[in-house]
Amino acid sequence: MAANPMTQFEVYRIGPEIKLGSFDISFTNASLFMVISSLAILVIFNLGSKRNSILPNKIQLLAELSYSFVSKMISDTAGSKAKPYFSFIFSLFMFVLFCNMFGMIPYTFTVTSHIIVTFILAAFIFISVTIIGFIKHGFGYLKLFVPSGVPVVLLPLIVVIEIISYLSRPISLSVRLFANMMAGHTMMKVFGGFVISLGIIGGWLPLSFSVALTGLEILVAFLQAYVFAILTCIYLNDALNLHH
Amino acid sequence: MIKKIFFQLIFFNFFFLKEVFAAESGGMPQLNPEFWISQIFWLTLTFGTLYIILSKLILPKISANLELRKSQIQENIEAAEKQRESSEAKIKEYDEIILKSKLEAKNIFKEAREKVIKDINSKQSVLDKQIDEEIKKAEKEIQILKENAPLKINKIAIETSSELLKKLIGTEVNNSSISAIVDDLSKKKGNKYYGN
Repeated sequence: MAANPMTQFEVYRIGPEIKLGSFDISFTNASLFMVISSLAILVIFNLGSKRNSILPNKIQLLAELSYSFVSKMISDTAGSKAKPYFSFIFSLFMFVLFCNMFGMIPYTFTVTSHIIVTFILAAFIFISVTIIGFIKHGFGYLKLFVPSGVPVVLLPLIVVIEIISYLSRPISLSVRLFANMMAGHTMMKVFGGFVISLGIIGGWLPLSFSVALTGLEILVAFLQAYVFAILTCIYLNDALNLHH
Repeated sequence: MIKKIFFQLIFFNFFFLKEVFAAESGGMPQLNPEFWISQIFWLTLTFGTLYIILSKLILPKISANLELRKSQIQENIEAAEKQRESSEAKIKEYDEIILKSKLEAKNIFKEAREKVIKDINSKQSVLDKQIDEEIKKAEKEIQILKENAPLKINKIAIETSSELLKKLIGTEVNNSSISAIVDDLSKKKGNKYYGN
């Protein structure tokens, strides 16, 4: 059998050990791909925003299409009040998308396949949204847990359910992305291993499956970034426009 | 009390087992907390930098580019609209000019035709007159010739018959008697002397 399919998720130190107080903040392969993704985003969007012509060139078109795509996504889900958070959601979407996509290149490391990364992002979003909600609506934000039009008898139950669902948001948000990325990459690795172990005669079937999976995984990489961003928009919408 | 400790022991055993499993047998490297702090630190650093640069430098530029393009396109559309209107007005003018000139051309053509017809008519009448005169002249001449012809014929007839008689008989015949016969013949067309 080929190598353990989980070894691709192992984090290892690149270069010397760096300590900040008692914390180990060494540069690792995960850090490397975070830096690469960020740099790629910055380079592409910097090139895409440099020149302005009526007829945009390819890279400018890419940058502007992404801009209007995210802009439309935000205005569709969270309305015009979410405009100040555009930059954050744009950065978030692009960061997750590029991390996912870089992970699709063989022998690379997928940053978003680590629960700690997705959880930190989700927790940051959760805490920020909660703070924004309380700033915008004061204690009225707690009305989020009391849906209108619910019979009084059911209200205690509903409120408990609402609170649990609200508190589980960062977990569901982070686990969704992490589990999708991990499962996809593990599956690809397993099928890749089958190709080797079945050899030239039987290896064609898992190979074709692996090819199909690659396409699917690229779709998933985009879709999960999109879902991550759109759920952030929806949470933001709850905080900005209190509907309940 | 004992029960509680028992359950706690099971729980902690499970927890530690999992820890060991994650760290040693390479179950899920994600659950190995060795580099969690490092990942959090680098995530904050890279994502923070990305966010700051994007929001402060790049996104405003793209937004401005888009706005500029929008306004430019709007301006262009407006300019195009104006030009279209002016061209439509010009087309109207042009059409009017063409209509006018067509009418003028028609008039000119009509006038010219009438003039030519008049010219032709006048020339034709002149020619007709000339032809008539010529015909009349010719007719007169013919009339004269017609009138003169019998006399001359009679004369020739008299001369030839007198010559013939002279040769045949050998004597001179009186010209007046011959002329009387010739006159008589020419009037009666010879029926009396030739039998039919």
